[in-house]
Amino acid sequence: MDSLADIASLLNSTFRISTPLVFAAMAGLFAERSGVIDFGLEGKMLAAAFVAAVGSYFFGSPWMGLLLAILACVSLSMLHGFASVTHKGDQVVSCVAINILMIGLTTALAAAWFGQAGLTPTLTSDQRFLEITLPFADALQDIPIIGLIYSDIISGHYIFVYIAYLSVPIVFWIVFKTSFGLRLRAVGENPSAVDTAGINVFSMRYKALMVNGVLIAFAGAHLSTAVNANFFREMSAGRGYLALAALIFGKWHPKTALIACLLFGFTDALQIRLQGVELPMIGTIPVQLIQAIPYILTVVLLAGFVGKAIAPNAIGQPYIKER
Amino acid sequence: MATAVDKTKVPWWVANLIVPLVNLLLALLVSGLFIFIAGENPFQAVRLIIYGSFGYIEGFAYTLYYTTNFIFTGLAFAVAFHCRLFNIGGEGQAYIGGLGVFLVAINFSFLPVPVVWLLATAGAVVFGAAWAYIPAYLQAKRGSHVVITTIMFNFIASSLMVFLLVDVIRDFKQMGPHTVALPKELWFPTFKELAHLFGVKIRYSPLNLSFLIAIAASFFVWFLIWKTKWGYEMRAVGHNTKAAIYAGISPHKNIIIAMLISGGLAGMLGINEILGVHHKIVAGFPAGYGFTGIAVALMGRNHPVGIFPAAFLFGILYQGGSEVTFDMPNITRYMFVAVQGVIILFSGALENLFRPQIESFFVNRINKEEMA
Repeated sequence: MDSLADIASLLNSTFRISTPLVFAAMAGLFAERSGVIDFGLEGKMLAAAFVAAVGSYFFGSPWMGLLLAILACVSLSMLHGFASVTHKGDQVVSCVAINILMIGLTTALAAAWFGQAGLTPTLTSDQRFLEITLPFADALQDIPIIGLIYSDIISGHYIFVYIAYLSVPIVFWIVFKTSFGLRLRAVGENPSAVDTAGINVFSMRYKALMVNGVLIAFAGAHLSTAVNANFFREMSAGRGYLALAALIFGKWHPKTALIACLLFGFTDALQIRLQGVELPMIGTIPVQLIQAIPYILTVVLLAGFVGKAIAPNAIGQPYIKER
Repeated sequence: MATAVDKTKVPWWVANLIVPLVNLLLALLVSGLFIFIAGENPFQAVRLIIYGSFGYIEGFAYTLYYTTNFIFTGLAFAVAFHCRLFNIGGEGQAYIGGLGVFLVAINFSFLPVPVVWLLATAGAVVFGAAWAYIPAYLQAKRGSHVVITTIMFNFIASSLMVFLLVDVIRDFKQMGPHTVALPKELWFPTFKELAHLFGVKIRYSPLNLSFLIAIAASFFVWFLIWKTKWGYEMRAVGHNTKAAIYAGISPHKNIIIAMLISGGLAGMLGINEILGVHHKIVAGFPAGYGFTGIAVALMGRNHPVGIFPAAFLFGILYQGGSEVTFDMPNITRYMFVAVQGVIILFSGALENLFRPQIESFFVNRINKEEMA
């Protein structure tokens, strides 16, 4: 039973850890399917984490924090659009600018407003999201297997965890079953054909970026107002890039991207579990090397053990209307 | 939409001087706004920056020491960028380059000093290039995007170096995660010693021989990119890969060459930091210089002649910035990371924001003069 409980808690943390990755991957999916590269997920996640924590602290409500985080991320996405869609600047440069700007600005403002350590004040339980116990979770606790799956793995997560996994089928439906989704994909594959059909390429890309901003805000709010009770310096720790790698590995499909995110989450959960544990034959692996595992895995996955990923055809190219 | 401007009529100094300066000015205005939001006076901050970086000789020497680092990392980003590669792994390559410097210097310390310096510099280049090789190979052969792989290699380099500094090459007599110091005769001569020869007394100066090496590296990059077949092929691949293939130029080969040179240049940051300043490996010594290189290169329009003043400007911002953080409790060094982001935004992604207007303004004036 002990090892079963172990596995349950490992799966439980996998779902929790994958949550920001799932949001970020779905956010990236909208931008990239429309033909706009988004390496800026990292910076936006960081911005959302900071704004959500500060907003919750000042307004006393995590929902207010979330709302402000959405506003902040949509603004940053619009900035990315302004630079790379309207002014046809280099998309990767624009993303790098957003990332570096946010690493600096969040920590600098946290330090200026709340003291030199660059932390935001710890949120009280009213100011943050708490774990939700699903109905009947306590009652079902003692039933073998079902109790384990329902009460220990599925129940007891933050609200964002449930929203994240619900968002995947919704994203799938929007992108593959609606006319908006069809246009979105077409704009990313062949913008001039879409333009000929009378659809505005620029406004489609801006719409995609708007959805992108909303989704990535959830990832940041999850980090600073749910899992943690404050913002700290560079708390996104490369998750934006991991999510993008998951998206590419998942070939820009919501379902496969979700699987890749879960794989990253599982590796991270395992990595935390392995710290300081003595393994048979190998002994204790130094903690610094264990922490590098998710990053190494990213490189290995991107190296394409499952064949080359084919990106949307027009990705990274600004659309220039011919006259 | 702005009216199309006849590009051939735009004077070179408008495209390469006026437009970048306007972009820089915009970036500084936005940065001033950030300082204001943080609760400090931006004008006072500018005064402190100018005093800190020019006001006294030690401060100015510090400015040039930072400039040295930014020349290396700026050149590193620029070389890769000419091949259309975003090497944002300068941070990790510099870290590993420092390992190369130290390992070579400590193991060959019995050789004559100039030979050790040469070998250690080669160590920096080889280690930095090696760290760039895997992302380069994966980009060329497997199409893994170099931005993600180089970022991951920054994280991996950081983990690896902390592991080495804690468990393997640490000075075990000390508590902190750093190695033993190199023998004193291997340290690069500094500006302090030079000033002494002329009878000027300086307390301490991190500025050292590496500054001259950085200038030599700038000439090397200029020669490589614009005067050699390699440079031509790299630019051809970067400009139009399909046309390059048609001309018989291999993109794979050039991607790898560009990344190796780029990584090697980033690795050379290690000679400034280790032979010049710390004389040992200290955890986290690249301290963001690798990322700053991106802003330096973009501002300098990826040309050594532009990179030098851009690196100098960032030297001023860094050295003057530390003066600001000293005097203004609300400003931390992260504020200057944000400033870098703003500069990348305005001189990189938004570089065309006002270009059509500015160019047509000058072209119209020239046209009028011709009419008259």
